[in-house]
Amino acid sequence: MRHLTVNILLDPVAAIGRACLAMIRKAGALALFALAGLSHLLRPPFYWKVFFNALIEIAFFSLPVVALTAIFSGGVIALQSYAGFAQYHVQSAIAGIVVLAVVRELGPVLAGLMVAGRVGAAMSAEIGTMRVTDQIDALRTLSTDPMKYLVTPRLLAGTLALPFLVLVADILGVLGGFTVSVSKLGFDPHSYVTATLNALKPLDVMVGLSKAAVFGFIISLMGCYHGYTSRGGAEGVGSATTAAVVAASILLLAFDYLLTDLFFAQ
Amino acid sequence: MNAQPKIRIRGLTKSFGPKKVLDGIDLDVETGTSFVIIGGSGSGKSVLLRCILGLVTPDSGSIEIDGEDVLTASGKRREELERQIGMLFQNAALFDSMTVADNIVFGLRAQCRAQHKRLSAAQARTQAGEILRQVGLDPSVGALAPSELSGGMQKRVGLARAIAGTPAILFFDEPTTGLDPIMGAVIDGLIVDCVKRLGSTAIAITHDMASAQRIGDRAAMLYQGKLVWQGLASELMHSGNPMVDQFTHGRKDGPISMELRR
Ligand SMILES: Nc1ncnc2c1ncn2[C@@H]1O[C@H](COP(=O)(O)OP(=O)(O)O)[C@@H](O)[C@H]1O
Ligand SMILES: [Mg+2]
Repeated sequence: MRHLTVNILLDPVAAIGRACLAMIRKAGALALFALAGLSHLLRPPFYWKVFFNALIEIAFFSLPVVALTAIFSGGVIALQSYAGFAQYHVQSAIAGIVVLAVVRELGPVLAGLMVAGRVGAAMSAEIGTMRVTDQIDALRTLSTDPMKYLVTPRLLAGTLALPFLVLVADILGVLGGFTVSVSKLGFDPHSYVTATLNALKPLDVMVGLSKAAVFGFIISLMGCYHGYTSRGGAEGVGSATTAAVVAASILLLAFDYLLTDLFFAQ
Repeated sequence: MNAQPKIRIRGLTKSFGPKKVLDGIDLDVETGTSFVIIGGSGSGKSVLLRCILGLVTPDSGSIEIDGEDVLTASGKRREELERQIGMLFQNAALFDSMTVADNIVFGLRAQCRAQHKRLSAAQARTQAGEILRQVGLDPSVGALAPSELSGGMQKRVGLARAIAGTPAILFFDEPTTGLDPIMGAVIDGLIVDCVKRLGSTAIAITHDMASAQRIGDRAAMLYQGKLVWQGLASELMHSGNPMVDQFTHGRKDGPISMELRR
């Protein structure tokens, strides 16, 4: 009878322990995967063609989605802050709020989430399909290291493409805020631009773009890792794709918090 | 005393979890001969090839190529040894992001890189066309995507990609499975041609008896992780071994009971 009571008490602890161990194991596997992918940057050959294809896929073909997201979000910030600040008669602050919100947070995070959905899914589906149809093994038999060929160029492409997309998102987000403020809220265009430029600090832009680089790396890493390790036919590829998008989105938000804390907390 | 075999395997074992897939495999393949392995689905035939290719790490045993143990060789040397092997995968495993021609060029370039040779784009294209012709396809097929091809054509392109690097060893994993008997015979013919032309040593997996006898010089049967019979491929149909007899004649009663559960 006694050991039963002990079991009831200990079982949940054991379950938590098992879950933690599984998580640590996964984090370890992920770290090793990332290191292996990065290490090939230092060991030629580098597959430029794969890199450029990935770069175009991420940077160019994500442009419409990122652009639309940024324009609407900038506009929404203008509307919301106008509604919020009207009671304090400080509408003049709107230009500054829009540019700060967009450059520091909305640009990197929204562009990151959009790209995580688009590119993270596409990458894990493509690499996962290659895994379950033996194409990754085929690479090996053709003297090509699949990490070097598939993963390394994508990691680099993601890391470089996201800052570019976020720069575009920054500009269009501010433009969205400007359009709404001028056409709908009756602001003077000239003074809005002046207020925007006054509020804009190069450091904010730099920090936003650095965040974007980290996000881009995370998205590519999640897409590649989940695709590369997928098992069990079409169904396995499907769940790998979902896992890649979910993991990329959550990690992205977590790192956003950490980096914001790091850069702006003082 | 015979010359050293091209491939010599001793005491190879591999388990996945509690499941013993390979349980002490001993196998010699003489240089320039073709070896056929037969066995039921899930008996571990593909795993055996994957072990030799370095795609799966065995639990114990040795795999020698040209007398050198692959498993204990240094990373670089191991790559050199494994580079000699060309593989036709069960479902061809063509790169579906590339055209047929680019698939073959990929095989060509892998070989050229290893030998530090340059290969111009124009050269690559002509050579790819030439190799397509060798497997009975028109060079114009090179412009198609792998998904546009029938199963038999995919197998041909897979074969073309495997032989592009003129490998000293060729592996075929169920080359005729899923093809109609005539196409199966055609692919077998191509395989025999290619192996002869390149002077390669070959291992083929199949459960098609006609195919086994067309391709193989020697044959073995894999059952429950062991090679339960080895002999000449021509003796397959009258080996005198009850397990081989049951398998080759497709009888449902005999020493082999199909495991429907695992
Ligand atoms: N990577 C793996 N992980 C776990 N089990 C595997 C793996 N590869 C093969 N197996 C198992 O090993 C057994 C033999 O597989 P395989 O060699 O593909 O059979 P076949 O003889 O049909 O080619 C199967 O039961 C399969 O489930
Ligand atoms: Mg198989």
